[in-house]
Amino acid sequence: MQETIKYWRGVEELNNTPEFQKNAHNEFPEFLPVSEANGGDTSSQVAPRRDFLKLLGFGVAAATLASCEAPVRKAIPYLNKPEEVEPGIPNWYASTYFMGDIYNPILVKTREGRPIKVEGNTLSPITGGGTHSRSQASLLTLYDNNRLKGPTAKGKPTTWQAIDQEIRTRLTGVQGRVVLVSNTIISPSTKAVIRDFGAQFPAFEHVTYDANSASALLRANGGLVPGYDFSKARVIVSIGADFLGSWISPVEYSRQYITNRKVTADKPTMSRHYQFETFMSMTGANADVRVPVKPSEYGAVVAALYNRIAGSTGGAAIQAPTTRVAKQIDAAAKELLASRGAALVVSDSNDPAVQTLVTAINGALGANGTTINTASPSYVRQGDDARMLRLINDMNAGAVGAVIFYGANPAYDHPLSAQVVNGLKKVGVKISFADRVDETAALVDYVCPDNHFLESWNDYEPKRGFLSLAQPTISNIFNTRQAQDSLLKWTGSTADFYTIIQRTWSGIVGGAAGWDKVAHDGVATGTTGANEPTAPVAPMTLAAAAVSINKGGRAAGGNTLELEIYEKVAIGAGQHTNNPWLQEMSDPTTKATWDNYVAISTATAKRLEIEQNDVVRVTANGKSIELPALIQPGQAVDTIAIAIGYGRTHAGQAGNNVGANVYPLVSVAGDSLQFANTVSITKVGADKPIAQTQTHHTVMGRIVVQENTLANYQKDPKSVTEYIKIATPDGPQKPQAISLWQDYEYKNHHWGMVIDLNSCIGCGTCTISCQVENNVPVVGKQEVLNRREMHWLRIDRYYSSDSTREDGGFEKMENPSENPSVIFQPMLCQHCNHAPCETVCPVAATMHSTEGINQMVYNRCVGTRYCANNCPYKVRRFNWFNYANNEKFDYQMNNDLGKMVLNPDVTVRSRGVMEKCSFCVQRIQYGKLEAKKESRRPVDGEIVTACAQACPTNAIIFGDMLDPNSQVSQILNREKGERAFHVLEELNTQPNVTYLTKIRNQA
Amino acid sequence: MQHVSPIREPLVTGGKTYADITEDVCRQVEAKPNMRWMVALGVALVFLGIFLYSVYRTLWFGIGEWGLNKTVGWAWDITNFVWWVGIGHAGTLISAILLLFRQKWRTSINRAAEAMTIFAVICAAMFPVLHMGRPWLAYWVLPLPNTFGSLWVNFNSPLLWDVFAISTYFSVSLVFWYIGLIPDFATIRDRATGPIARRAYALLSFNWTGSAKHWSRYETVSLILAGLATPLVLSVHTIVSMDFATSVIPGWHTTIFPPYFVAGAIFSGFAMVLTLMIITRKTFKLEDYITLEHVESMNKVITLTGSIVGVAYITEFFIAWYSGVEYEQYAFINRATGPYWWAYWSMMTCNVITPQLFWFRSIRRSLTATFIISIFVNIGMWFERFVIIVTSLHRDFLPSSWVMFSPTSIDVGIYVGTIGLFFTLFLLFAKFFPVVNMAEVKSILKSSTGVSHTHNPGASLHGTAPNNSHKHD
Repeated sequence: MQETIKYWRGVEELNNTPEFQKNAHNEFPEFLPVSEANGGDTSSQVAPRRDFLKLLGFGVAAATLASCEAPVRKAIPYLNKPEEVEPGIPNWYASTYFMGDIYNPILVKTREGRPIKVEGNTLSPITGGGTHSRSQASLLTLYDNNRLKGPTAKGKPTTWQAIDQEIRTRLTGVQGRVVLVSNTIISPSTKAVIRDFGAQFPAFEHVTYDANSASALLRANGGLVPGYDFSKARVIVSIGADFLGSWISPVEYSRQYITNRKVTADKPTMSRHYQFETFMSMTGANADVRVPVKPSEYGAVVAALYNRIAGSTGGAAIQAPTTRVAKQIDAAAKELLASRGAALVVSDSNDPAVQTLVTAINGALGANGTTINTASPSYVRQGDDARMLRLINDMNAGAVGAVIFYGANPAYDHPLSAQVVNGLKKVGVKISFADRVDETAALVDYVCPDNHFLESWNDYEPKRGFLSLAQPTISNIFNTRQAQDSLLKWTGSTADFYTIIQRTWSGIVGGAAGWDKVAHDGVATGTTGANEPTAPVAPMTLAAAAVSINKGGRAAGGNTLELEIYEKVAIGAGQHTNNPWLQEMSDPTTKATWDNYVAISTATAKRLEIEQNDVVRVTANGKSIELPALIQPGQAVDTIAIAIGYGRTHAGQAGNNVGANVYPLVSVAGDSLQFANTVSITKVGADKPIAQTQTHHTVMGRIVVQENTLANYQKDPKSVTEYIKIATPDGPQKPQAISLWQDYEYKNHHWGMVIDLNSCIGCGTCTISCQVENNVPVVGKQEVLNRREMHWLRIDRYYSSDSTREDGGFEKMENPSENPSVIFQPMLCQHCNHAPCETVCPVAATMHSTEGINQMVYNRCVGTRYCANNCPYKVRRFNWFNYANNEKFDYQMNNDLGKMVLNPDVTVRSRGVMEKCSFCVQRIQYGKLEAKKESRRPVDGEIVTACAQACPTNAIIFGDMLDPNSQVSQILNREKGERAFHVLEELNTQPNVTYLTKIRNQA
Repeated sequence: MQHVSPIREPLVTGGKTYADITEDVCRQVEAKPNMRWMVALGVALVFLGIFLYSVYRTLWFGIGEWGLNKTVGWAWDITNFVWWVGIGHAGTLISAILLLFRQKWRTSINRAAEAMTIFAVICAAMFPVLHMGRPWLAYWVLPLPNTFGSLWVNFNSPLLWDVFAISTYFSVSLVFWYIGLIPDFATIRDRATGPIARRAYALLSFNWTGSAKHWSRYETVSLILAGLATPLVLSVHTIVSMDFATSVIPGWHTTIFPPYFVAGAIFSGFAMVLTLMIITRKTFKLEDYITLEHVESMNKVITLTGSIVGVAYITEFFIAWYSGVEYEQYAFINRATGPYWWAYWSMMTCNVITPQLFWFRSIRRSLTATFIISIFVNIGMWFERFVIIVTSLHRDFLPSSWVMFSPTSIDVGIYVGTIGLFFTLFLLFAKFFPVVNMAEVKSILKSSTGVSHTHNPGASLHGTAPNNSHKHD
């Protein structure tokens, strides 16, 4: 029998002598003969004291040595190397970012098969090479540990086979309508897949809604977003639209907008930009004339503007409510009329009446065909509030048999989320394609996690005539499946989505070679027609709009507090809440991170005795939320503003319970959602600090950032910049002229950067691009509060002040104006030729390169922080803790998946060392080596820093100042003595970063 | 015969003989530790424990445990460093400069003052090491030959100058102090009864026999070391001040710093000597050796250096205004009226106003008043460094980076912890080492003793007591 087989330990056991029996249970039956060497007596079984000590000593030493051994981490080379992967050499793939918000064709940099950086696709006619902070940061969502690892049924993990079978069975027997709920889909192929999927059901509906809805805009324009072209506009009037930061298509609009904002002595003209808005948006911060108005006044402003325009263009006047800001409207109207055919009015209002009037104004101004490209309207918003509201009613009425959520999360981001939750209980079959168990997916039966867009094939038609492609840059990290493939499976199709895309595009690209070119370029021209609105809602008539505006349902007088609900540049509508990069990106205007808050005007805060960081309860619609207050200069009096996208409960580790959800305070008026409301506000009596990266808001009369007016610039371009002279016995001298230092000699390259303050819109895309490229750690809210954020590149934002030193003194200069003008200044290491940091380091850990770069040698740094103290620009960042592999900083650098996002060319810094902008030295080295391999000099534009490459407005130009033909040299030559200045030039630090004075086209 | 000056106050009172001096000083070393000393040591050890805990947190987790941030890269660490270095200065001044100037009053206080110097420098030296991000690499600041190629330290950096200045200062002070201790150790050795004490003090005294040759060498070495130490009094704090003066930060970038820092150092050092002396004198019953005469002399030095410091403060403001540089002007207006105004005015009150009270003879000679004012000066000088470091950094050139600094419990822990370390060392010193230099006090006994007629007249063998009352006018 098996059990009887016995193995002996040795012959001794077989013999089973008494001696063996005695020692059988001793681990060491024989005493280790330690003392033998000393010739001692071994017969004794008791360990002598000396032997004990020897063993103890040996044991301790052995244990110590064993525990000192570093863990072995294996780097395994390819056994069969894929042909296209060369270790150390990046591969680039063209793709497209559109995660339900911003459209951005991109190039994805992959190293050893993993995407590590996103850049703009310069071939795109829509966005050029520009990017947005969200597209830059979308990379991290790929490596998000909170994504679902595979399909789940009723909360339990399951297999695709099982879940497909179950879903198909249940869908076949479904009672009632089958509904697919999504955010805007601009993919022609996806639409085809959805259409085929729906065809198998007797009743199928595809409901599209957008969390930050543009329904009214669509309704007023035949179901399409007008093809705005800000580059053609000499006068722009925006009523509430943050078109540079978050409205509709900011990358595209920024690029267009800035073409008319760049000035040179040869072309000293620029557009005039009026902004009527409640909250100080990034776009408002860039406006030449900014007029704070309450949300309820938008109607009156637009109506008054319409009447002025109509009066001069022969249109019919409407009855309009009176407005406080008639003077500014008159000025705007006059300029719009003077620039007919080059004038554009936009509004983000979701009030159909307002949008009807805006469309009428644009029509009267001759915008159609000029500043609005009628041939190429935009499809990036297709959401229909009314249909979504109807669906919620239908669900509650039990009329919906099955619902599939694709990219939509109405249990979180719909104002009637409570009804969505209730309604879902009455739906038989509930499926979600969410990549994580989000608020809606938590309520459904089946979660079939979609791929990340970097793992997927997809196609996009953002505007009529323009197409782009997304392609996988990595094989699926988890056991996920692209939503379209799931739909195809459930349709019973054997084709995969890739084939469907090729089929869709076959008429456009023609043939395999054409397809290869498209897959390479990522973009193409052509039209599929898939996104044309099928049955647009009839627009409002002017008369109806006038009636609606005059009724002024919400127009409230006195001190009634109004709430405006806006979208932040970084976080969006809530898709990016779990992205630590975006959470820690400082907001362009408020400079706050990691929270939403109640932005409140200075005067109102004073009246209500609210101070910064006071927690207040905001109540509307019978619901209230509690958030800290942030005093916001430029905010309209008696208004508050709160950002959407926060207060999520199922976003993931980084995003859960950050801020509060403001969607329930959106007012639902009839068929439309109004992102404004009248509210009441009370102090709770608690304090919740808001983590701002900048807490001092005025420039204190210092000329660290320079600006002037267009009028002065046109008069004399040499008069707009102030250059400081140092008094010497020989009269005033340039600071460089009186140096004690020997200058460096640059023989090969001399890298430099020019930042045009006129082009910088403050969007912060560069800060994220820099963070991604250079493995800059995320430190979390508490450390930002401790003023220890690590960003190498920051955007300084200054508000103007009413006081000067003579008038009020320093203390008053600290207070921003009630409606300040705003200036943005990207601030990074200035790579001084006479660097104060370099002299003070005791161990020479920071020194100057032969190419003008101020280098930081992490390995040599002992962390005295003297360099940071002595840096006049305060751009050096210290590693206060270990930010990698540290439980206290549980972001992407604390898990193996998240670490895949790290750039292998850049060291991850340990605690105790200083770091700062390196001018992306790894890119410079790479560029030089590539050139060297081809025995040539690097070409201008070949070596670009991450910030310069990401910038949607080309505000940052990088290059070799020794190359006379480089862009940077040419700009410096052109602007010398005109707009070019160095920050703190009087310190004679001689920076390699040059700024160009901002020119304002003030009225 | 002992000469008694009709004008000068005697430096040793109580009609002491050589034997008395030996007896009085050695008593502390030989007697069992008393209760007060035990309690004091206990308290000091508790603070030392706080120090060790705070250092553990700093080393284990990182400098992030402190309140520093992206703009204020130094705060309590370097404040404490400069404060401790400054405190140490009195010892060197007393032992070196006063020795060269043949100021006899120094003899009874120089031992304790020098000990204070050494312990203060030990405390000070903690900070440059602890404030490093990677203190385990602290040896990289030394110009050691290495295998990194031609990698060398940066001789342009004032921090490197600090390394040399502080280490030189510490070595010279230590040697000077120890040389002075040798004859006294020999005395204790000779008196010791226990075998351990005998052996220990024999080792410590380097087999001193008291031969004429020994004494001759002792005197020579003392004089040489005094000559070496004298420039250190000026150089150490000059170099420390250059950490700031050579930078570009408004409020730091100031040519007045070297003399102003040296004066400040002597100022704070004397205040600390007084604080300690008044306690030691009382607890160890050394009233006859550390007399009101000593206290008054030191108070005069405090008034002088305090006034120099006050003038320096005002000069800084004047120059800021006169320079026409707006950053300088703002830095100083911000000091006086900005968010840290309280630190500035604490400094002004403690450092400029209180020492002026010493113009009154009664205050100058009042032990209580002196003690209180010396504490004020210690506080004021700490604030001076805090004001210079933190208020200059927290609002420098670009307003976008302006921040506030607030210390964490670890910052506080390390600071009070070094005070614990200091007192632990000082109390151990006071118990086991002779706190007054017996040999040197004996050397002035003949020339400057006052014999009080109220005290045991029989002990007065060599002189007549001058009448204290008639000398007051």
